[in-house]
Amino acid sequence: MLALEELHAHYGKSHVLHGVSLRVGRGEVVGLLGRNGVGKSTTLKAVMGLVRPSAGRVVFDGRDVTGASPHHLARLGLAWVPEDRRIFRVLSVLENLRTGLDRPAVSPARRAELLEKVYACFPVLAERRRQPGGTLSGGEQQMLAIARAMMLEPKLILLDEPTEGLMPRMVAQIREIVRLLHRDGVAILLVEQNVPLTLEVADRVYVMEKGVVRHHAPAAELRQAPAVLRQYLGV
Amino acid sequence: MVIPAEQILIQTVNGLVNGMILALVASGLTLIFGIMDVVNFTHGDLVMLGGFVGAVTVAATGSFWLALGSAAVTVGLFGAVLQVTTLRPLVGRDPLTTILATFGMSLVLQKYALWQWGPSARQIQEPLAGRFALFYLEYPWYRVFTAALSGAIILALWLFLKHGTYGIWIRAATQDRIMAAAMGIPVPAVHTAVFAIGAAMAAASGVLFGPLGGVTQTMGLDFTLRAFIVVVVGGMGNLAGSILASIFISLLEAYAAIFVSPAQAVIVSFVALILTLLFRPTGLFVPTPK
Amino acid sequence: MTGPRVVGVEGGDPAILRTEDLTVRFGGLTALDRVSLSVRRGEIRAVIGPNGAGKSTLFNCITGVLRPTAGRILIDGQDITGLPPHAVSHKGVARSYQITNILPGATVLENVRIAAQSRRHGWCVWRHHRAFPDLVERSRAVLAAVGLAAKAEELAANLSHGEQRTLEIGIALATEPRLLCLDEPTAGMSAAETRATVELIRRIAADYTILIVEHDMEVVMGLARTITVLHYGAVLAEGAPAAIQANPRVQEAYLKT
Repeated sequence: MLALEELHAHYGKSHVLHGVSLRVGRGEVVGLLGRNGVGKSTTLKAVMGLVRPSAGRVVFDGRDVTGASPHHLARLGLAWVPEDRRIFRVLSVLENLRTGLDRPAVSPARRAELLEKVYACFPVLAERRRQPGGTLSGGEQQMLAIARAMMLEPKLILLDEPTEGLMPRMVAQIREIVRLLHRDGVAILLVEQNVPLTLEVADRVYVMEKGVVRHHAPAAELRQAPAVLRQYLGV
Repeated sequence: MVIPAEQILIQTVNGLVNGMILALVASGLTLIFGIMDVVNFTHGDLVMLGGFVGAVTVAATGSFWLALGSAAVTVGLFGAVLQVTTLRPLVGRDPLTTILATFGMSLVLQKYALWQWGPSARQIQEPLAGRFALFYLEYPWYRVFTAALSGAIILALWLFLKHGTYGIWIRAATQDRIMAAAMGIPVPAVHTAVFAIGAAMAAASGVLFGPLGGVTQTMGLDFTLRAFIVVVVGGMGNLAGSILASIFISLLEAYAAIFVSPAQAVIVSFVALILTLLFRPTGLFVPTPK
Repeated sequence: MTGPRVVGVEGGDPAILRTEDLTVRFGGLTALDRVSLSVRRGEIRAVIGPNGAGKSTLFNCITGVLRPTAGRILIDGQDITGLPPHAVSHKGVARSYQITNILPGATVLENVRIAAQSRRHGWCVWRHHRAFPDLVERSRAVLAAVGLAAKAEELAANLSHGEQRTLEIGIALATEPRLLCLDEPTAGMSAAETRATVELIRRIAADYTILIVEHDMEVVMGLARTITVLHYGAVLAEGAPAAIQANPRVQEAYLKT
């Protein structure tokens, strides 16, 4: 579904990605772990066209989309849920959802269906549908960010640290949502610092260090032998 | 010194009328600034172009409404072309480059108008003649009509922004253009559309202003200056703020015109601008930022 | 090089930097929670911690960019709490930034000389910089110390990323600091550049006291004599690298945020 081939990226002169390669298969949940500052978020941004890769390729659904514009990628079925959520604060919850829902290809009937589905998953959003996005709590904003991405009916979601700053109860909810999306056949590239959660939901895990992928293993293997993670993530 | 009550009254009404026309110009400008951070120095010249297109249409067809429509459409389309050719390539560069580009464009447009329509001012016939009794005064119907129509257009804009998919797109792209793009919203196209809308509104003001002051190549500068003052005083990118600020500034000038000539009255607007920048730089009509 | 040798005790305080119950609150969020630490003269101290632990906030307080809500910061026994950045700089605290802060249009030597000039008082606007040969002398010495002597006349903008970060360190050194604060000095560097930077820091550590914030564990473990671990704004643990690595609470903090 998604393949990154030797991706390099710079912020000015700072060489942040030193040749990142990874794959996400159709319907797979793939974890991307690593300490702060290794380039996990930058990798997602490079995929989404928000940071122009200085070298390397991004292939999505069989197409070379390296450096394609974000709105084009969204229309192709790639959704991005950023680390800081980036809810449209002045828009209502419903309007936030509509930024993804109101697409010419989608019939009004289908739109209503999608909306119902997301309200069923996230009842709190149904309750607050007319409230401005900025009035939601941190956890609710995270729900909204994910729901908003679901409105794009994506083939793959780039999820950047969804559990950051959330209470344990909300973390459990996030776990359930990831499982639900997985059941629906949506592929997910999950960047996280929460190792247990990632090992629980992912099929495979990549570990990054200083701008490259240093380790790659099935989640099952890492669950048995977590010591290797300590080397890259711990102290 | 005793100021007759009717003078204050007449200036209040004048201030409100001028305020509404200015609001029409300024709301386009603030919309453009809010969504794409472009300081558009050609905005007043779009007013001027609208005035000329309107004058020519009235001369040819005699219809004021047709003039209004054709000016809005022509200048709106022209605005779209302008944005795509000169501003879109400058996205992401130093803001000074867009200022220089729009400033240069302004000079080009003024000279073009001079070449196309000659140096003499054009007149547009008032579509609505006659006066009505305002207490013990006679006030022209046309001025009231202008204010009402400006208000209606602004209201239509507001409704458009609040409802419908495109309104959501514009508001989302204004708040966070990167996230909007990541949601599939074609942000470059939205920028062009907003520029076109702003241009169309400016053109409409030009036609509305025509019967009041005539249409000249250099009329744009006054509008640009005042519109910028309004945008700053009202809060950059704040639509409601620019409408309130337009009325506020115009009333200030109208009252000042009781004591000094109108050409000097504009000084109070600049004083308001300076005071705003010194003490409430986010805008007078914006809630205090936390 | 004849840098300021790690000077003798002034005022009897063996610690160059001491923070006492340093607290920073932003509305309801506590970014730093009664952080007390002391860095001895000549030490290399690393501050680490998972995302949001408060490392940047700590740095910002020490360098005067942020005013703490409560607590004190002392440099060589002098209270610098709440002083603005330029005043803190004059008290001997130098900082290098994550985003390079060099002057791209000036040469490498000029960048360093301008920093060195900040230590001269007076407003001699009419005297050319050539009137202060000791400044140029000192600047060249700093460049030699950081390994950029060969590039002295090169425009700073033309340096590679690693060289620019090294120049940043040089600029900090030119201000004759008592405490050198390095903010993620190896961010965005390749493995080779990282090794070179670690070597450089080791070399200059002989003459300066260094406080370093880093994410790269190899760098931290290799350089620091003592490590302070922050978590949710409070000091979680402090000790030698081996002790920190063996500390289960630290591992837990990193692996399970």
